[in-house]
Amino acid sequence: MGLSPVLWQFLVKWMTNFAIIPPEASRIAPQVDALLVFMTLVSLVGLVLVGLLVTAFSILYRRERNPVATQIEGSTLLEATWTIIPLGLFLVMFVWGSVLYFRIYTPPPNAMNIYVVGKQWMWKAEHPGGQHEINSLHVPTGQPIQLTLISQDVFHSFSIPAFRVKREAIPGRYTTVWFEATQVGTYHLFCTQYCGTQHSGMIGEVDVMTPDDYKKWLASSTSGVSLAQNGERLFASLSCNACHSGQPDARGPSLADVYGSKLTLSSGQPVLVDEAYLRQAILNPSAHITQGYAPIMPTYQGQISEEGLISLVEYIKNLSSNYRVQQTLNTSTLLPEQPDKATAKGAATQGVSKP
Amino acid sequence: MSTIVSLPDQATARIPKRNYITNENGILSWLLTGDHKRIAMLYLISITFFFFIGGALAGLIRLELLTPQSDLMAADTYNKVFTMHGVVMIFLFLVPSVPATLGNFLIPIMIGAKDLAFPKINLLSWYLYLAGGAMTLTAMITGGVDTGWTFTTPMSTHFSNTNVITTGLAIFIAGFSSIFTGLNFIVTIHRMRAPGMTWFKLPLFCWAHYAASILMVLGTPVLAITLVLVVLERTIGIGVFDPTKGGDPILFQHLFWFYSHPAVYIMILPGMGVISEVISTFARKRVFGYTAVAFSSVAIAVFGFFVWAHHMFIMGVSNYAVLVFSLLTMLVAVPSAIKIFNWAFTLYKGSITFETPMLYAFGFMGLFTIGGLTGVFLGSSGTDIHLTETYFIVAHFHFVMVGGMLMAFLSGVHFWWPKMTGRMYPEKISQLAAVVTFIGFNFTFFPQFLLGMLGMPRRYAAYPPEFQVLNVFSTAGASILGVGYLLPMIYLIWSLKYGEVAGNNPWQATGLEWQIQSPPLTENFTTIPVVTQDVYDYEWLERQKEHEVTHVG
Amino acid sequence: MSDSHAVATTADAVHHEHPSYQRHHFVSMEQQNETVSFGMWLFLLTEIMFFGGLFTAYLIYRNWYYPAFVAASHTLNIVEGTANTGVLITSSFTMAMGVWCAETKRHKGLVWSLIATLILGLGFLGIKADEYHEKYVLHHIPGTSFSAQAFVHPSEEALKAGEKPIAPDMAAKTEVYFSLYFAMTGMHALHMIIGIVLLSGMLVKAWRGGYMNGHIAFVENFGLYWHFVDIVWIFLFPLLYLISRHQ
Repeated sequence: MGLSPVLWQFLVKWMTNFAIIPPEASRIAPQVDALLVFMTLVSLVGLVLVGLLVTAFSILYRRERNPVATQIEGSTLLEATWTIIPLGLFLVMFVWGSVLYFRIYTPPPNAMNIYVVGKQWMWKAEHPGGQHEINSLHVPTGQPIQLTLISQDVFHSFSIPAFRVKREAIPGRYTTVWFEATQVGTYHLFCTQYCGTQHSGMIGEVDVMTPDDYKKWLASSTSGVSLAQNGERLFASLSCNACHSGQPDARGPSLADVYGSKLTLSSGQPVLVDEAYLRQAILNPSAHITQGYAPIMPTYQGQISEEGLISLVEYIKNLSSNYRVQQTLNTSTLLPEQPDKATAKGAATQGVSKP
Repeated sequence: MSTIVSLPDQATARIPKRNYITNENGILSWLLTGDHKRIAMLYLISITFFFFIGGALAGLIRLELLTPQSDLMAADTYNKVFTMHGVVMIFLFLVPSVPATLGNFLIPIMIGAKDLAFPKINLLSWYLYLAGGAMTLTAMITGGVDTGWTFTTPMSTHFSNTNVITTGLAIFIAGFSSIFTGLNFIVTIHRMRAPGMTWFKLPLFCWAHYAASILMVLGTPVLAITLVLVVLERTIGIGVFDPTKGGDPILFQHLFWFYSHPAVYIMILPGMGVISEVISTFARKRVFGYTAVAFSSVAIAVFGFFVWAHHMFIMGVSNYAVLVFSLLTMLVAVPSAIKIFNWAFTLYKGSITFETPMLYAFGFMGLFTIGGLTGVFLGSSGTDIHLTETYFIVAHFHFVMVGGMLMAFLSGVHFWWPKMTGRMYPEKISQLAAVVTFIGFNFTFFPQFLLGMLGMPRRYAAYPPEFQVLNVFSTAGASILGVGYLLPMIYLIWSLKYGEVAGNNPWQATGLEWQIQSPPLTENFTTIPVVTQDVYDYEWLERQKEHEVTHVG
Repeated sequence: MSDSHAVATTADAVHHEHPSYQRHHFVSMEQQNETVSFGMWLFLLTEIMFFGGLFTAYLIYRNWYYPAFVAASHTLNIVEGTANTGVLITSSFTMAMGVWCAETKRHKGLVWSLIATLILGLGFLGIKADEYHEKYVLHHIPGTSFSAQAFVHPSEEALKAGEKPIAPDMAAKTEVYFSLYFAMTGMHALHMIIGIVLLSGMLVKAWRGGYMNGHIAFVENFGLYWHFVDIVWIFLFPLLYLISRHQ
């Protein structure tokens, strides 16, 4: 960026104070704003150019001044110029914008996961530690947060203008987006995909807190049961452990360490086991049979809500000791100064003995 | 200001006694006509009617948005109002506006033919349009639709309690009107040009309509089948878009936008054709870069088929798909830029006057430039994330559709009014209306860019209070805009009786339509012309004036 | 198509005698016939786009739910499907004969060809109706009466024929297959019905001596439409009936 940081800060402050852009409250926001400023400048130049041409020609060649027009066929040079220059500028915007897009939709490996379920007409956020929020989202600064979104009914769209992020919440599959909040404060949260009667009411607040305040909030808001613990309960009550018992002769594959691994299906196709896969495997098992196992798993379509699925997914994710899980799990211990607490799996227990 | 208007002596001038309006009398002769000009007039009346319905709905939207609370009407009602506004304006006004009125009237005359290739299909097209419009009105009166004009599933298939089926079928029927119009234009331009009228002597108005017709013919059927599937899903629950039955709502999005993106080019290309004619006439010059402009129209049509998923960037499609569609979107923006520059340079060394059609054309150039550039903001995927589904989108498409297309439509109506009716509209008040429209438009829609930047979502009846100031600006502008649109209604009708007699060629324009009487004969030409002059051939026109014939037919 | 020059020639520019069935906005019969033919081809292109949406949906879901598509496809009556294919191809042949008869002014030949085409077309619809009835009886019509039980627990004869039971969640996807089956064959049948109505009108006119004066554009262009409907079926048949059939 050619603009000096001081000038840039002044520009941002001026624009925010005059309410042209929302506050920049995430790490990606200034980057998006930089591209927006570039586009605005290019547009201004283009508009002024066209305006000047039209105005100048209108004055210079008005009928009183130029009674006879000169017939001109065209100019290949000019055609080339105003083809190549706009194309070049648009391609710059394409590349720059694509880079930003990939950044916004590719979470870093250390992102903390929060699930969000959209339904007519509210947002339910589920923190892995078992904190539930409706129409609000509490997040700490300085920590990448990944949102895993799904809708229970129609299309919704989760939008935080101050973070410059937005993602559709679709029925039937997970979508994700991530951000890292940088500025303490309260910001708007909107549903931006028309979803029926109370679409305008499906709004809330994103509450960005310091890590300390966030810890306090977590402690005071917990329901006592983390998502993984709830998942463990469901795993038992839905009799999943009858087949997925972890014993060597079990009818279903062991689920320990399965999250994040590469699995070969009975069709020979390899898959990466992520949240989407786990959800699909529960709802449409016969398309997701692990190689070497019989296609006998019943479907749970219609028997379990999206929240229940989220709990199960969280539980299965925790049946392992990978780094990511610890970060997600120990939301109360995510500060760098307490690394040893991260090894304690305080919030999750294993209900299944490892093979 | 100087003017190029050249009218016959008003003391002795008369509208020619035999013309397409006086040729036959009686309501049936209009309702069962095959004459493309009469059908064009029928369309003009119908789309004006629907425009005012759509406009009234827009007024209701802006009134509600004066205050942050949802206090003027129930939330459900507001949802129905903006849905109907979109449906009526897009399918019953914008899509047919220029093609069905000006295109129908002028294309045969511009190419030297006596009618379109299929006059009866042309009439059928109007009746299908009326049927679709009547069904839409019925749906509106009997409870409305509240899915948004985009009919997003599963909202439209499983969750809405309104007249989705009626409206879906109405648009299905109206779609055939569009297909038949496009089919007629393509065949006519290919097969019925007069001797000497080669492709590169066609007025750019014809090129633009040709390109738009390709889109109409190839794109609209996909919308038709999509609507059929929505209706089937809603009635018998077939499950093709229902995730609980294995279907995929994103499939609907792909099928819907596969038409609806080319649809926006269907709407704008004919308007661009008007602008080419108007700027050429009022600068007394051949359009700069004729070939480039002609090929740009076709390029827009072709590229327009490959960018649909830029409406779906945040919906969970693969990042790599987004890359491809974003790149193609940048490519489709280029031909429009080429056209704007070519029109600007048409003014270079021209001899310019500022009658009303030219004022609207200038308005088009400025507002379409803004609208088109903001489209690039949205085509770039990274910024689209922040701007999509907000008022930025609303502002963007209103700039191109209202600031662009509607201005072009008004420009064309004023430009060809003397040809279609034989009478001139009153110049001073029409210039005033053009200026009022331009000012009102900017007040209405520019604040919406800012609202979108700030994050205000679209389709919201209630909003956070900090957005109120900009919304009040916008509503104030809308009231000015309304005046700007009402004025032409009044003075154009007034001019039918009291306007000056126009004569054949009040604008001293080239083009075959200006070489015949105003209003034209039913058969357009008594003998098929043999075209030796070039297109936009002002030198030929000068030579013609030297042996001017004062009446025809 | 010499389209870089105008179609009407200078000679045509002068008004001259023309047959009574030449419309006034055309300068010659040649122009009229070519125009009408062009229009019909363009219309058929729009029909391809129309069916295209359904084919797209089919391709995607067949890819996702292949076992369900296989099992559901095997419940279609292959005898009736093949018979229908033969019927339609034959009707295209009789229609082509009809066009030739009209071109060569063979009145009886034209009438008989049209009658044959009509009977074959009605036959197609009759066989289709029987197939639809069978689907109704088997609870394969999507909606509230749909049941996938027969796929989860196949009958004795199905098992003997080589069918395997499929898991309930995949079996539920057969509803997607049948939705597409009815949408695609239903659309096709609707186009057949429209064609039969037009054909009937044409037959009446031919019976009364029409199409013997060289003005046969309607017959030719209807032929194009009929062949198109036939071609759509040629695509539908293997896609719907012949998924993984080995016997």
